[in-house]
Amino acid sequence: MALQDRRARVRARVLIRPKAGILDPQGAAVERALPALGFANVANVHVGRLVELDVEDAAQLEPMCQKLLANPLVEDYEVQLLDPNS
Amino acid sequence: MLFGVLQFPGSCDDLDALRAARRVGDAELIWHRDRDLKGADAIIVPGGFSYGDYLRAGAIARFSEAMESVISFAEQGGLVLGICNGFQVLCEAGLLPGALLPNANRHFTFRQLELEILSAGGPFTRACSLGERLSIPVKHAWGRYYADDRTLRAMDEGGQLVLRYAPGQNFNGSAHDIAGVCNERGNVFGLMPHPEHAVDELIGGSADGLRIFESMRMTVEAVNA
Repeated sequence: MALQDRRARVRARVLIRPKAGILDPQGAAVERALPALGFANVANVHVGRLVELDVEDAAQLEPMCQKLLANPLVEDYEVQLLDPNS
Repeated sequence: MLFGVLQFPGSCDDLDALRAARRVGDAELIWHRDRDLKGADAIIVPGGFSYGDYLRAGAIARFSEAMESVISFAEQGGLVLGICNGFQVLCEAGLLPGALLPNANRHFTFRQLELEILSAGGPFTRACSLGERLSIPVKHAWGRYYADDRTLRAMDEGGQLVLRYAPGQNFNGSAHDIAGVCNERGNVFGLMPHPEHAVDELIGGSADGLRIFESMRMTVEAVNA
């Protein structure tokens, strides 16, 4: 293994969701489609985005989300650090 | 009077914007990697799907080299017009308040609409009068204007709500029927409808869109006079 590959990296997952209370047409469309396929009693469907990335410095994740990955005005985000061995 | 029209990979209304601007002045394209705004008196950020609209519409274009120059240009009081995707880019850049979200009707919608001038006599509406209607096409999937209530109130009081969809025509669910807004200083204006597609009665449904470009020319000439 090359030296640079040994540097500690963190696998992270960023979940981005439309903020509560803001109309989510994608979620509404999915919620309407499910009963048509026979899946009854489905509620509160929301569609967001998933970004997975490797970083050397986990402290960068928060500013990354603020600056680019999410629009904090209309989206909430959640950063999850993943176990690299899983 | 020189207009600079930005061009990103994925822009598709750049040439119409160029052609519309040339009806009232000179106009040049500015490639997204170029920091030099070519001495333009006003900048147009055109419609389309800059950088494929990846992540969110406008999110990546906002960090382009040309946009860095446009942000400084706007901070110095330069006129910046954002149309459709350009409006989204200006919101992402923080030059305009609020955000554009997916249409409430869940469709990409293309139609000719009536728009009402809510704030006349400003840098982008000098050639218009209050309450006047313009017939201009829209074509977008992400045009639902959103800002929180406090921001909307402040914008309303500050005359920043420039353009709204005429009664019954707000198909995308925008707050307060908003179709176009400006910043506090009034030198940055974004709108979802496409004035650059309405500059010729024969093919644009009307030539009402020219009024926006004409207003910009009048503003620049008043400053330079």
